[in-house]
Amino acid sequence: MPIEIKMPALSPTMEEGTLAKWLVKVGDKVVSGDIMAEIETDKATMEFEAVDEGVITAISVAEGSEGVKVGTVIATLAGDDEDASAAPAAKSAPVVPAQAESAALVDPTPAPTGQQPSIKPGTADDGRVIASPLAKRIASERGIDLANVTGTGPGGRIVKADVEGAKPGAVIPATLATPATPASSFASDIPHETIKLTNMRKVIARRLTESKQQVPHIYLTVDIRLDALLKLRSELNAALEPRGIKLSVNDLLIKALGAALVQVPACNVSYTPEALIQFHRADVSVAVSTPTGLITPIITDAASKSMSAISTEMKALADKAKAGKLQPHEFQGGTASLSNMGMYGIKQFDAVINPPQGMIMAIGAGEKRPYVVDGALAVATVMSVTGSFDHRAIDGADGAALMQAFKGLVEMPLGLVA
Amino acid sequence: MADQYDLIVLGSGPGGYVAAIRASQLGLKVAIVERELLGGICLNWGCIPTKALLRSAEIFHYMQHAKDYGLAAEKISADLSAVVARSRGVAKQLNQGVTHLMKKNKITVHMGEGRLLSPGKLEVTSAKGTETLSAKHIIIATGARARDLPFAKADGKRIWTYRHAMTPSEMPTKLLVIGSGAIGIEFASFYNDMGAEVTVVEMLDRIVPVEDADVSAFLEKSLKKQGITILTGAGVESIDVSASGIKAKIKGNDGKTNEVAFSHVIVAVGIAPNTENIGLETLGVKAERGIVAIDGMGRTNVAGVWAIGDVTPGPWLAHKASHEGVIAAEAIAQALGNKDVHPHAMDRNNIPGCTYSHPQIASVGLTETKAREAGYEVKAGTFPFIGNGKAIALGEAEGFIKTVFDAKTGELLGAHMIGAEVTELIQGYVVGKTLETTEAELMTTVFPHPTLSEMMHESVLNAYGRALHM
Repeated sequence: MPIEIKMPALSPTMEEGTLAKWLVKVGDKVVSGDIMAEIETDKATMEFEAVDEGVITAISVAEGSEGVKVGTVIATLAGDDEDASAAPAAKSAPVVPAQAESAALVDPTPAPTGQQPSIKPGTADDGRVIASPLAKRIASERGIDLANVTGTGPGGRIVKADVEGAKPGAVIPATLATPATPASSFASDIPHETIKLTNMRKVIARRLTESKQQVPHIYLTVDIRLDALLKLRSELNAALEPRGIKLSVNDLLIKALGAALVQVPACNVSYTPEALIQFHRADVSVAVSTPTGLITPIITDAASKSMSAISTEMKALADKAKAGKLQPHEFQGGTASLSNMGMYGIKQFDAVINPPQGMIMAIGAGEKRPYVVDGALAVATVMSVTGSFDHRAIDGADGAALMQAFKGLVEMPLGLVA
Repeated sequence: MADQYDLIVLGSGPGGYVAAIRASQLGLKVAIVERELLGGICLNWGCIPTKALLRSAEIFHYMQHAKDYGLAAEKISADLSAVVARSRGVAKQLNQGVTHLMKKNKITVHMGEGRLLSPGKLEVTSAKGTETLSAKHIIIATGARARDLPFAKADGKRIWTYRHAMTPSEMPTKLLVIGSGAIGIEFASFYNDMGAEVTVVEMLDRIVPVEDADVSAFLEKSLKKQGITILTGAGVESIDVSASGIKAKIKGNDGKTNEVAFSHVIVAVGIAPNTENIGLETLGVKAERGIVAIDGMGRTNVAGVWAIGDVTPGPWLAHKASHEGVIAAEAIAQALGNKDVHPHAMDRNNIPGCTYSHPQIASVGLTETKAREAGYEVKAGTFPFIGNGKAIALGEAEGFIKTVFDAKTGELLGAHMIGAEVTELIQGYVVGKTLETTEAELMTTVFPHPTLSEMMHESVLNAYGRALHM
């Protein structure tokens, strides 16, 4: 029997991905553990290892194919016990003269899914929603956003019944249903080039648009004196030097945010239409810039981890993020986020919440400023920090409590060590 | 003891043998049980051999009208036994084709009468004896037979069912056809073309009553023009058989009863499912008047027992049975752990129907009347054969194509055709309906010229007031 190699689900939620690169070709012999291909999901590129042994007899999904649904046959292996050249023929349809009878030819099922990558509707893959013309028309007349409709037709195609069964929740005003991005038929006289959207860029666009459209943000800004934290950091780094660990200011702030969220659990929440989810652990998503876009690896249980552990972990995650090798569990989840633009000299900014998280902390540059210390004007190192809160879930007073707790931990940083 | 098979299919008609092939393709170990001939009624006694007969009638008809095409044909005659022999030859070839398909797909064929003993257990009785087979799943695909009239039990001499009509020992001179569904009309058309004097009696107020009213009216006019007597709103009350023929008491739509003499009568008043003596009662399989109740995948109320085709609710058509066979086979494979199959229940509005009379009829979906009854605001368009260049060139300028749309959404609700070769055209609309096209896609589709299919385009355009050639 030929062995069908299928598009793997590289995370529990993965429904499709881009077959970024084939590392084998037809005729190659592979053994279990060989890297066969690189597969790009929403946010990461992962290597796909062979599980079976055999000779590649067919590659059915071309390199660069987007939106390849999980389970689609992407290649075929001939097992050891068979002639590799015979394998592809095994799938061809029987042609028998006797089939002249019409009924004999009826086969309503879609072609084997391996031949044509089908695209799950509603995903941002190439911006195209797979829906029947009738479903599209009914949706546009009723103001239903097809991106929110699950398709039940062949290959996940959205059909009439899906649109007619669309829940009121899927219905959003027509003005909002208009795509945030202009159509690909963008025209301009200004000299320009068209840059293909990466999966990552599409996800960023979709999620940030969703956040700004659906989450009412409230912004709370505090100035925080950094001198004590900087002093502690240099002392810690001196002590940690033999272990080759160098804490960054950001590592300390991750710890501070984790601890503050545990102190003020009202801010460690997710809003859902049915209920408010309050987390018993603070997992901090840390914004990392990569050549292809922003990604947020997670320091799980940041409040309980030592700063040296956070530092080591963060360094590894950032390296992986920049190489596009983060595993889904390393960037999916998190209960709140931290975004630091201090290194770019940004004085203060308001970050966009990463749903379904309830808040994000935006860190500005630490700078020497005139500062009133004990009633007298002095010079101090100060940074402006702005928390963005989901106002559906978090009241202003609770947000303020978190900002105070964070400020307290940074200004009296021994609390982070204890 | 482990089951011998994953699946046993009881009945090898177009539902059963297709289910068996699909199941085998999906890696299941499959057996099929057949009491008579592989391929069932469809290809041995139904769809296919009648098409062979009708082809002979059609060619005979053309020969008689050779002059219309500038040709001469003299001393034309029909040899009924040769026509029937050809039809039987076609059926035989296809029967062998199914035998080959079973072998190729490694499906074990058990010839004999099958009867369910319990879920997963089936007894097969043949001249060789009785054996018991076991399987994880069983599909009932035993089909149907012609329904009898209590006062006109078929004897094969003067009173015929479709089966006798297909292998006539003598040519009827004066033929009565009771029932004007597809089967009745096809035989009426065949024997009329072959030279018999034909009368069709239909109880309802129009012939081919499942079709659009416009199609019924057009067909009635056409058949009458060909010399067929059509009595609608009429019923046959009794039949007296004698050596020389039959006498039928026919109550007309005026309420008066007349006795009319015929040489033969064909009873085509519907079908009865073959659900007796196959163990359904023993297992408690739910059925109403013999018709087995199923869900969208073919499951009966008894786990592991499935049903497809003519034993289930209609339409009773071969292609519907085949399609159900595929769905059931895939659902069974899924139940046995195959995660790669995703069977979808069939949309009954997308099952086409074809009648191979002269002229032909083909349709899919709702008639205009049914669409209005269902509450749709309807846009309907028609286009006549006389407006189509190819039809005129063929000398087949009789007929029309009608399309019915939902005015609100542009959904193609139904299509109804009558005229030459329309049975080969209907699938265009069926594909469209299955893909859920609206009028917009049909309008922007390029239809090849010169073909009859251009009328399909024009009909859609006409529904929206945009027909080009009328």
